Amino acid sequence: MVEADAIGDTGMSAQDSRAVVLGRIRAALAFATPAPVDVPRNYDHTPFCGIGNTDRFIEALTEYHARILSTDPAGIATAIASLVSSDGRVAVPYDVPTEWTHEITTVVDRPEKPLTVEQLDRCDAVLTGCALAVAATGTIVLDAGVMQGRRVMTLVPDHHICVVFATQVVDTVPQAFATLDPTRPLTFISGPSATSDIELSRVEGVHGPRTLDVLMVAAKPHVPPSST
Amino acid sequence: MSTFLGTPGIGNLRGDSSFPTAARRELANTQMRRNVGHATRTIRSKRLAAVGECPDWEQLREAGSALKRDVLARLPELLTELEHNVVARGGVVHWARDATEANQIITGIVRACRTDEVVKVKSMATQEIGLNEHLAVHGIAAIETDLAELIIQLAHDKPSHILVPAIHRNRSEIREIFLREMPDADDLTDDPRVLAMAAREHLRRKFLSAEVAVSGANFGVADTGTLAVVESEGNGRMCLTLPKTLITLMGIEKVVPRFTDLEVFMQLLPRSSTAERMNPYTSMWTGVHPGDGPENFHLVMLDNGRTAVMTDEVGRAALHCIRCSACLNVCPVYKRTGGHAYGSVYPGPIGAILSPQLTGTRTHDDPNASLPYASSLCGACFDACPVKIDIPNILIHLRAAQVDAERHGLPSGQDMAMKAAAWVMSSPRSFAVAEKALTAARFVAGTDQRITALPFPLSRWTASRDMPAPPRESFRQWWKRTQSAIQA
Repeated sequence: MVEADAIGDTGMSAQDSRAVVLGRIRAALAFATPAPVDVPRNYDHTPFCGIGNTDRFIEALTEYHARILSTDPAGIATAIASLVSSDGRVAVPYDVPTEWTHEITTVVDRPEKPLTVEQLDRCDAVLTGCALAVAATGTIVLDAGVMQGRRVMTLVPDHHICVVFATQVVDTVPQAFATLDPTRPLTFISGPSATSDIELSRVEGVHGPRTLDVLMVAAKPHVPPSST
Repeated sequence: MSTFLGTPGIGNLRGDSSFPTAARRELANTQMRRNVGHATRTIRSKRLAAVGECPDWEQLREAGSALKRDVLARLPELLTELEHNVVARGGVVHWARDATEANQIITGIVRACRTDEVVKVKSMATQEIGLNEHLAVHGIAAIETDLAELIIQLAHDKPSHILVPAIHRNRSEIREIFLREMPDADDLTDDPRVLAMAAREHLRRKFLSAEVAVSGANFGVADTGTLAVVESEGNGRMCLTLPKTLITLMGIEKVVPRFTDLEVFMQLLPRSSTAERMNPYTSMWTGVHPGDGPENFHLVMLDNGRTAVMTDEVGRAALHCIRCSACLNVCPVYKRTGGHAYGSVYPGPIGAILSPQLTGTRTHDDPNASLPYASSLCGACFDACPVKIDIPNILIHLRAAQVDAERHGLPSGQDMAMKAAAWVMSSPRSFAVAEKALTAARFVAGTDQRITALPFPLSRWTASRDMPAPPRESFRQWWKRTQSAIQA
């Protein structure tokens, strides 16, 4: 028989443990009181202005062995189609514009009818936008906002195609944190999934998407192609 | 140490034998030495390059160090703020005084979910409290999903590195382990890519069907309630996103004041640990996000000796550690002995100052009492530390505390040697006699002019260190021979 192992069985209530731990901290601080701390912020935290260094972003991403395609807004659909096989099924969040996807077969994730993990597992790729990108580190940040879908979408399919507009690129990590909304679920992606666990040398491709393709779209406002 | 105040931590923080004994055992494992030497050499030069391209690296270190000092100074306020914000966003917060209580809390939550299997993200805190062993006793299987942790789990081995727990294993050993322990793995080569793929196949079904995940946390943000996990493989994202229930165990020192403070640590950590500009994946979540990820989120905040460390105003800087493992990779001692010699789950220079402080050291023979001596004080760890923990200084501080604590017992060999030296140096005459006697030691030196073995009690010294042969003539003897003639 396994004895009951609930929280209450430790002889102290959860409330007691909270008081005990906080009491221990206060006692330690009273015993050896630290001086108040002024945090020096003289590292680079220049605010973002103008347009980010897309060349630096592409260079850093390339080092992670991500594939980068540069295009203009009119070329998005064709560029996406060139990245998936003709019979490939691509998962997309419901708010990805249809003019991006008319050359591919899509499986749409809708709030009222979300895709199951099994459905996502059967998709060959996923197509999303992003919240922002960081040039210094080659990082894409997703915040489950517009054109990004739920976190699981960019995780289960083995191939992630991410559309990054040049206007979304910031230069530094501090500039990214200044913009991000912490109340949203955030995912920082820097290249395809990788591991350094065998002899501390990096190999790409473990549990997350093994292929990361980034569509770098020139810094023009997004205009849908005319229907003519 | 009799000066130890506070309640000691328990769990996997202490080995069975002292560092010198364990180190001697480990040094005999030449395969391990080759593996660890190779891996740390690889990462050292890469880290220098990753750090070298940041012109503001020193300023980032200063900021990181100050932030961590600020965290400890305001810990009660920051922890309650974190608690408040996690609860406000739909999470549940638990406080655990020690390993036993943390294990009980987590086991209780898993049981309430009516499952007998959990998937785990790599976490030092769960290693520290021995969570997997505790869950196993209660019929719950904990599946490690980080590649290195999986290797350790399949090999029934112990972690030997903070970041890469299987660093002591090379690719062909890993292949052997996989072939033996993975029922569906056959036809493996020792190509790391092939081995990573085998791990992917092995774990994929587990991820997609898991009900409960357990993680650690790299950071917990007080002003927003945000938790962060920094990883590479995507196993972390799988665990943090797919299961219905997520349990996160976080040491109380992992809190940071503001969300924007992560701008400092997210630059320091990846470059220091895997020598990358940024690690492949970082996940941040704040409580429960409806329709996206787990429906239940539990945060367990762990003391387990941390408050005891806080009572030492010098030693508490050990709690600034962000677990990057740069100090292990640069340490000449760790490189040779590997991580198992340190006994605790926290090996290397940081372990040598953290483990004895977390547990306290009961007597001279406590294995953790030997850890502050597991260093040549070369200072490489201090230079590499992204939050500027002055490890050599804390090592000396802990040694001094140990000596002070034992001052009233029987005099040790070291005490007597020091007394003898004091007498020798107290007059020019006795010093001259000693110098003359020392010249005789030239005869026991080898052809390389080094003394490697002396009879007891001097063997206590030569067991772990060589000594250069004394010169044919001391400075004073030379002076007397040459200068007295000139003056005459």
